[in-house]
Amino acid sequence: MLSNWLYIGIFMVVSLFLPAAAIFIAGLLAPKKPNAIKNATYECGMETVGDSWIQFKAQYYVFALVFLVFDIETVFLFPWAVAYNQMTLFGVLEAIVFILILLGALIYAWRKGALEWH
Amino acid sequence: MDAGMIWEWIIKSIFLILFMTGGFAYVTLLERRVLARMQVRIGPNRVGKFGLLQPIADAVKLIFKEELIPAGADKLMFIVAPVITVIPALIITGVIPWGTSINLFGREIALSIANVNVGVLYIMAVTSISVYGITLAGWSSNNKYAMFGGLRSTAQMISYELALGLSLVGPILLAGSMNVMDIVQAQKTLPFALLQPAGFIVYFMATLAEINRAPFDMPEAEQELTAGYHTEYSSMKFALFFMAEYIKMIAVAMIGSTMFLGGFQGPFVDQLPWLGPVYLFGKVIVWLFVDIWIRATLPRIRYDKLMALGWKVMYPIALLNVFITGILVVLTTKR
Repeated sequence: MLSNWLYIGIFMVVSLFLPAAAIFIAGLLAPKKPNAIKNATYECGMETVGDSWIQFKAQYYVFALVFLVFDIETVFLFPWAVAYNQMTLFGVLEAIVFILILLGALIYAWRKGALEWH
Repeated sequence: MDAGMIWEWIIKSIFLILFMTGGFAYVTLLERRVLARMQVRIGPNRVGKFGLLQPIADAVKLIFKEELIPAGADKLMFIVAPVITVIPALIITGVIPWGTSINLFGREIALSIANVNVGVLYIMAVTSISVYGITLAGWSSNNKYAMFGGLRSTAQMISYELALGLSLVGPILLAGSMNVMDIVQAQKTLPFALLQPAGFIVYFMATLAEINRAPFDMPEAEQELTAGYHTEYSSMKFALFFMAEYIKMIAVAMIGSTMFLGGFQGPFVDQLPWLGPVYLFGKVIVWLFVDIWIRATLPRIRYDKLMALGWKVMYPIALLNVFITGILVVLTTKR
């Protein structure tokens, strides 16, 4: 069992070589003639105005928060699904209640307007 | 467990990575040719026979292009971002079995990188990582278009990831295991797409959003965001983003075929194990063709509609699907 994770580790290390080699070879072969105008931030030909690292729409943050809650709850359903056949009827009913609570939470977030894009 | 085993796995890893890279090159060609046919054009057919050398020409062209790093960019993140995007796309395929095992040079070679008991969880975990690459690419460029593209992409990917995760609960429920091999074996008689039609459709749509393909290609909407998160990227780093997108396209097609369409199962696969990879390959090609077909058919969805679809349609459907599947499994199995 543990050796399977070793194989995935080998696979990860080998796969690291592909982008590394691509960037390295391109770095060797590509011409390098930078100048100030070439390195300016692209803004459709206009001169760059200001910085981009500014405050952005809070809506993204609300979605991230809602996502976090639901994603953790989704992951809880995975072990439940695996153990499904060995569970007693009580365990099954409990999980069904859990799914209904999830649905209720979704409806709550919906009613509160967290899912609207303003 | 000996040195030979390690070498076997290194060779298998290299083979799979080369296969995915070659697959990426030829999926771009397939896409251009198929799209051209659907739009009554001819498409690239000059380089080699049927344009078969076109991807190689493109790669050579991209290698010799100058690499620009904008003066205002965060240099380290700017270089690391494409790498972070490519690697998850590649390693996600590590748990997909291509067949049972074949006999080669007197060795019994298993046709998968790893047969882990939490395969589906591994898939979910690795898909989540690739969001980082895109967010970082958008942020580190210090470009307004890239920033918007990166933010949109992040919000879109996390929204559809919920439906994606829930759609995979169905096959786990039916197979009673998170091991990808067990899920394939459970589909010996009937692929899960027939038992889980809603789950299958949710998976298909969620993956389209997850890999930023049309009609959900909002993050890279050329007309309004120039190129989204890879606006500032050029040369090989630009190619790496495309590589990530297409490799992920192949990877989700492989996962989808494995979870819902029976994977390497097919007629006579028990007698002739080398047929397994052929069946899986065939299913993946059909899946990719449908992806391209959808791109040729459907217009892009507006961003607020896209988020609403993810949260208000796909997620409730996926939840109800799990709910109904759970009840049906209770009713049909004796306990």
